[in-house]
Amino acid sequence: MEHQLPEEKVSYLQILKTAIFKENVIFRLVISLCPSIAVTNSVRNGFLLGIAVVFVQVMVNVTVAAIRKFIHPRIRIPIFMLIISGWVTIVDMIMAAYARAAYKEIGLYIQIIVAFASILARAEMFASKNKVLPSLFDGLGSSLGFLGALVTISFFRELLGKGTLLGHTIVNAKPLLIMVMPTGGFLVVGLLMGFFNWIDIRFYGGKGAGGAGGH
Amino acid sequence: MAVAKKEQELIVSVSPHIRSEESTSKIMWTVTLSLLPAFAMAVYYFGPRAIYVTALCVVGSLFSEWFVQRMAGKEIAVKDGSAFLTGVLLGLNMPSSVPFYIPLVASFVAVAITKQLFGGLGYNIFNPALMGRAFALITWPRAMTTWFTPTAAFMGMDATTTATPLGILKEEGVHKLLEVFGDKMTLYTKLLIGYRAGSLGETSVIALLIGAAFLLYKRYISWHIPVSFLATVGLLTWIFGGKEGLFTGDPIVHLLSGGLMLGAWFMATDYVTCPSVKKGQIVFGIGCGFLTALIRLKAGYPEGVMFAILLMNCFTPLIDRNLKSRVFGARKEAGK
Repeated sequence: MEHQLPEEKVSYLQILKTAIFKENVIFRLVISLCPSIAVTNSVRNGFLLGIAVVFVQVMVNVTVAAIRKFIHPRIRIPIFMLIISGWVTIVDMIMAAYARAAYKEIGLYIQIIVAFASILARAEMFASKNKVLPSLFDGLGSSLGFLGALVTISFFRELLGKGTLLGHTIVNAKPLLIMVMPTGGFLVVGLLMGFFNWIDIRFYGGKGAGGAGGH
Repeated sequence: MAVAKKEQELIVSVSPHIRSEESTSKIMWTVTLSLLPAFAMAVYYFGPRAIYVTALCVVGSLFSEWFVQRMAGKEIAVKDGSAFLTGVLLGLNMPSSVPFYIPLVASFVAVAITKQLFGGLGYNIFNPALMGRAFALITWPRAMTTWFTPTAAFMGMDATTTATPLGILKEEGVHKLLEVFGDKMTLYTKLLIGYRAGSLGETSVIALLIGAAFLLYKRYISWHIPVSFLATVGLLTWIFGGKEGLFTGDPIVHLLSGGLMLGAWFMATDYVTCPSVKKGQIVFGIGCGFLTALIRLKAGYPEGVMFAILLMNCFTPLIDRNLKSRVFGARKEAGK
C-alpha cells in the first residue's frame, strides 16, 4: 500500500476522510477485530475503549512521525511497540486514577491496546513515512473510524441483546440473547461489513472491502 | 438439403455423455417426501401446532430465499425445493410450543445468513436448518426447551410440560426414566413409536427409519455416515454411559432418544456439508458420534446431535482433502 503523500497536495480533511471511511479499521481493513467483538456488548464500553484508542492512536502517530528520521528501519517495529506501550501505560494510569468504575469493566482491554493491529498498522503505514501534522490527522481519522465502528456494533448488540441503550431500558425484554455473546458480535460485524460493502458498491461504485483479518 | 445435412451432423461434446435423470430439485423434493411419515407422526402427537410451526418455518425459508436472491440480483431459485426442505427440517426440529417469531427468525438465519450469504446452494459450510436451530436455542433457551408431552392431540387431552427422556436421563438417571415410562420394554417401545416429549419430528424413530429406508432404496443417501454415527454413539454410551462403571450404559435409550435418528439420517447426510469421499464419510460419522456422546454424557446440554454435526461440518473440507482417492496413474506430489 502506497501512502507516501505528494507534498501538500492532499488536504488534511482528505486524509481524515480517507482514514475514517475508505480505510475504516474494522469494516475496510478488517483489523482489530478482537476488541470490536470483546467490548461491544454495551455502547458505553465500546465508546470508552474507542476514546482511549483515539488518544493513543493520535499520540503514537505524532510521536512516530516526529522521530521517524531517527528510527533505523530494521528495528522500527520494536521501537513502535515501545512508543505504543508508553502511551497505553499513560492512558491506563489516568483511567485507573480518575475513572475507577469504567476501569474495572474495560481495564483489561485498555492494556491490550498495545497489541491492537490498527495502531501499529497506522504507525507503520502512515506515520513513519509522513510529517507530524498529516500523521496527526491520519491517526485522528483512523481512530475515529474505529470509535464509530465500535459504537455502531455495540448499538445493535446492546439494543438487540439486552433491550437497552447506554443502560436505559428501551425494550423491556431480551429480544436476541445471542447478540451479547461473542457469536452475536461476529454476526453483527459480518452483517454490518456486508451492509457497508453493499452501500459502497451500490452508491459509490466501489469494489467493497476484501482482505484478510487480523487481531 | 438442410434437413439431410442436419442428420449427419456430428455432435461433439465433452463428457459426461450419459446423464442421469436426477436433478437437484428432484432430490430435494424426494427428501422432503421422505420426511412425510415423521411429519405425519408429529401432527398425530402434537396436533395442529405441528402444522403451524412447520408452515411458519417453510414460509420463512422460502421468503428469505426469495428476498436474498432478489436483493443480490441473482436468479430466483425458490422452486428448486432446497429452501422448502430446509424449512421442513427446521420445523421438525422445533418444540411444538414455540411462539410464532422463533420459526420465522430461525428460518431467516438458516436460509439467508447460513446459506445465501455464503454463496447460495452448494456453497454453505454449515447445515442451514441446524444453524437456524442453534441460533434459536442459544437466543431463546427457555422457549426452545419447553417440551410438551405428546397428548395425541385429537383425543382432547390437555398438554403438560415435561422433560425429554434425555433430559431426565441427564438430571436424574435411568431409574427415574423407568419410573416415568414403566418397565424397560415399555420404555423402548414408546421411544420407538415416539410417544415422548421432544422436537416435532424427532420423536418417532419408526417414521424416521421408514423415510431413511426410502432414501437408501433410492440411493440418495449412503449408509456410511448414519451407520458410523449411530454405531459410535451406541458404543460410547454403552461403555461410558452408566453410573456403575464401564460397560453399564444403556445404548438403546441413547440411540432411540433425542434428535439422533433425525440428525444421523437426514441432517448429517446433507450433500453440501458432508464429505463426498466414502472413507471421509465414515470419519465424519465417527466424529459426529464422538461429539454427540461427549456432549450428552459430559457437557451441560442433554442433547448434542446438533452441535456435533455443526462442528463436524467445519472439518468437511479437511476430511475431503486428506482422504480423497489418488487419481489412477498420478504420482504423489514430492515434498508432501
